[in-house]
Amino acid sequence: MADQSKFAEDAMVYIDALFSAAMRMTRNSAEAEDLVQETYLKAYRGYGSFQEGTNLKAWLYRILTNTFINSYRAKKRRPDESDLDEVEDLYLYRRLGGLEAVAAGRSAEEEVLDSFTDENVKAAIEALPEQFRLAVLLSDVEGFSYKEIAEIMDVPIGTVMSRLHRGRKALQKELYQFGANRGMVASRSGN
Amino acid sequence: MGTNHYNNDSMECREVLARLYTFLDGELTEERRIRIRRHLDECSPCLEAYEFEAELRQMVANRLRDRVPDMLRIKISRLIEKDSQSAN
Repeated sequence: MADQSKFAEDAMVYIDALFSAAMRMTRNSAEAEDLVQETYLKAYRGYGSFQEGTNLKAWLYRILTNTFINSYRAKKRRPDESDLDEVEDLYLYRRLGGLEAVAAGRSAEEEVLDSFTDENVKAAIEALPEQFRLAVLLSDVEGFSYKEIAEIMDVPIGTVMSRLHRGRKALQKELYQFGANRGMVASRSGN
Repeated sequence: MGTNHYNNDSMECREVLARLYTFLDGELTEERRIRIRRHLDECSPCLEAYEFEAELRQMVANRLRDRVPDMLRIKISRLIEKDSQSAN
């Protein structure tokens, strides 16, 4: 059992990470603030049942995710899985010509990566249907393992893997469209 | 540069590219991980694809960091404190 009087000391270090995730989930700063506040209060009240020595960050994310699903998500229509197109692997890299233009070197690709702003990337991930957005955030931003993500999202590991796979490709497609719209990457006809 | 590896189209290349994300996730078995590592050491087009994906992921993570507003941090700390006092 965890000592409730140590909760603030143990848990507050994750507040920026949880707030960032809440921003991507709700796509709205007022709701993100409410969601984080509710998560911390629930976590504090339930801290007695948290098993010390297990992963506190994952436990907090599980509360965040459940709270979001139960209280916030219902307000909006949620895009369904079928809203996600099939996209080829390594979408962005292939579009940037990486596999054809090896001799040109990688500086052009690096330049493209550098040219994305915070707003571009936030908008790109927020455009993904929720279950894909969550999986990609938990893995690529927060660094959770498949097993941890499965526990946080309460789905089998196979589902985590397929959501990650499709979510990442869709994210690359969103990013590519940002780049193409702004002329950062040359738009290729026929693709 | 090498000659016929340009399109990452050998069987081994295709296998490596198919497992690139799982490799980056650190979720492969030791044996597969070593095999891919070894392939990347020898195949520059696959290495480039790998490096691109790794940099892309890093870039995405870096761009998605928000800082919680100070007011909210303070408010939550106070609420927890108040809650602990009323419970005692």
